[in-house]
Amino acid sequence: MSDEANKGLLSPLRRKLLMGMAAVPAITMLPKASFAQAPATSAVNTTGLAVTDTEVTVGILHSATGTMAISETGSIEAEKLAIEQINAMGGVLGRKIKFIQEDGASDWPTFAEKAKKLLVNDKVAAIMGCWTSASRKAVLPVMEQYNGMLYYPTFYEGLEQSKNVIYTGQEATQQILAGLNWIAKEKGAKSFFFIGSDYIWPRTSNKIARKHVENVLKGKVVGEEYYALGSTQFNSVINKIKLTKPDVIFTDVVGGSNVAFYKQLKAAGIDLAKQPLLTISVTEDEIDGIGGENIAGAYACMKYFQSLDNPNNKAFVPAFKKMWGEKTVIGDVTQAAYLGPWLWKLTVEKAGSFDVDKIAAASPGVEFKGAPEGYVRIHENHHLWSKTRVGRAKLDGQFELIYETADLVEPDPFPKGYQ
Amino acid sequence: MFGDYSLGDLGSIFVMQGFAGLILFSVYVLMALGLAIIFGQMGVINMAHGEFMILGAYVTWMTSNLFQTYMPGLFGGYFFLAMILAFLASGALGMVVEWVLIRHLYKRPLDTLLATWGLSLMLQQAYRSVFGAREVGVELPQWMLGSLHVTDSIEVPINGVFVMCLTVLITVGVAYVLYMSRWGRQVRAVVQNRIMAGAVGINTEKVDRYTFGLGCGIAGVAGSAFTMIGSTGPTSGQLYIVDTFLVVVFGGAASLIGTIASAFSISQTQSTLEFFMSGSMAKVLTLLAVVGILMLRPQGLFALKVRK
Repeated sequence: MSDEANKGLLSPLRRKLLMGMAAVPAITMLPKASFAQAPATSAVNTTGLAVTDTEVTVGILHSATGTMAISETGSIEAEKLAIEQINAMGGVLGRKIKFIQEDGASDWPTFAEKAKKLLVNDKVAAIMGCWTSASRKAVLPVMEQYNGMLYYPTFYEGLEQSKNVIYTGQEATQQILAGLNWIAKEKGAKSFFFIGSDYIWPRTSNKIARKHVENVLKGKVVGEEYYALGSTQFNSVINKIKLTKPDVIFTDVVGGSNVAFYKQLKAAGIDLAKQPLLTISVTEDEIDGIGGENIAGAYACMKYFQSLDNPNNKAFVPAFKKMWGEKTVIGDVTQAAYLGPWLWKLTVEKAGSFDVDKIAAASPGVEFKGAPEGYVRIHENHHLWSKTRVGRAKLDGQFELIYETADLVEPDPFPKGYQ
Repeated sequence: MFGDYSLGDLGSIFVMQGFAGLILFSVYVLMALGLAIIFGQMGVINMAHGEFMILGAYVTWMTSNLFQTYMPGLFGGYFFLAMILAFLASGALGMVVEWVLIRHLYKRPLDTLLATWGLSLMLQQAYRSVFGAREVGVELPQWMLGSLHVTDSIEVPINGVFVMCLTVLITVGVAYVLYMSRWGRQVRAVVQNRIMAGAVGINTEKVDRYTFGLGCGIAGVAGSAFTMIGSTGPTSGQLYIVDTFLVVVFGGAASLIGTIASAFSISQTQSTLEFFMSGSMAKVLTLLAVVGILMLRPQGLFALKVRK
């Protein structure tokens, strides 16, 4: 092991010397910038990260196996695409990004163990990873103890902030409030029926949504129901919905339950064209399993849809499909995962260093103009400023953009008055 | 909670809720039948039951794609062919598994639990490698979507009715095969006394293989039918396995009537409770009731002698 490491250090050095000698005649022709792009390793890496003169190593930590592989596959694909694109543009501070992929296997202790392995053994400069809140909560103490940098892609319940994490997805208020405002105004909605899977994210999200409906919109929540993760029978709750006749059904059901819920809703004769339904848990990825015909007409509140019409997205979608196949779809989280490597690159360049402390300090204010969702910027609290958008599901499994907030919405992971 | 509703509203809700309970009942029977045969008749704890169901679901998905591409005109009827193919595919896989794995473990029933659990992991990863990690959407013919409009407030889901009919059909079929046919008599003879059955000339190995195949085949049909109401992904089988075991154990192993009675009581309890409280609480209360009854009657609702 140590022999290899020595070789790895020596041979690039020798090559560099040779190259340097060969380059002497041409040196006057080079633009000055090329020196600035590849500063000495000792200057940009003072904490012993896996950075050489030509390469920098990052980790990708998602579930490629187990029950979460359904969701996390898209994130892995997006991160690999971003890394490839960054490398094609010359890498970060003149160094190509190399990645080590570890499998969290949908098991939270495994996530923590693999995160430790990436930080302690592989000395990665950053980790793109985690998906569920449970996996993030398992990894967080490891990131803080060994001072790593995590780029976390999923929209989540908020109530968290760490020096060692950049949250590239939306926290709950960013996702929910604007959507509720819109549907209350547009549909004159006064009564809401909440239905969610029974774990922390839907419960926290619904708590925030309930406060907003009752205190701000002056509406009424006529039902709030939770079903165990993996439930496949929703006929009873659908009957309750029919009985209470809410203006809006607001859902955060996840995973396989999602498919069952929409299929049974449709079978029970609830026409989503007439009965407004707002979901914060269905992206293009989920519709693949649900089937467009079962969910057409429903509204989803996200920050990104594959159908977004802007130049960044028009370049992103074909690039993604070229790499991963014509049939793949791109959901909200996949796009947020794509932001991770880019934001890290921009932050490293702003800080002029790979050091985690410097990156954490330099992150606030970093802007990414090439984001497929449009412009994003990192907030002081390490979350992203981003727009909230409402889309309507179509038969072909895509969303049609119906509404977007005029300005970026400020991330507020600890919302006052909503807890 | 009923103060605000008219009598008509309430009446139709009770009807709808009754249907919801019946649909849940059919779903439980359908998913438990295959397991009841394997667990009840052979004493094998098949943890891979859910994966056999999902194989049926994937076969349905492939058949649907095939029809869409090559015979769009016949798409309306593909589901029937898909169910037959699902039965054959899961049944065949079941027989192979019995030959390779299970037959060596008959004398060690607890080991079958581990072996079939390992098998379920292997099958999940196989599905993931072959079909991809993402869920697939099975497209249904138009006539199977939506609901029958009875009155303004009573609507009966067509796929629910379909599952009910299918359940009745398969239950009657299984009952006929087990209790009326010559082969069924052989199965029961082997269950009651393997050595004597062998001594009178019954090929017990063959009976075992076909019984296991039949159980898995029925799981395949159930999986095929559940594409109408649930998801199809590599790990979707896991969604069903707990409920399935609950029904079979509560009913008392080795008893078809027990399975049906237990499916009925669990589904009715659950769907009634679900209506009056939240889904999670209903599940908790149902499980508590089941645990309580099993403490009083460890052998389940209806118990027969099982192979020692």
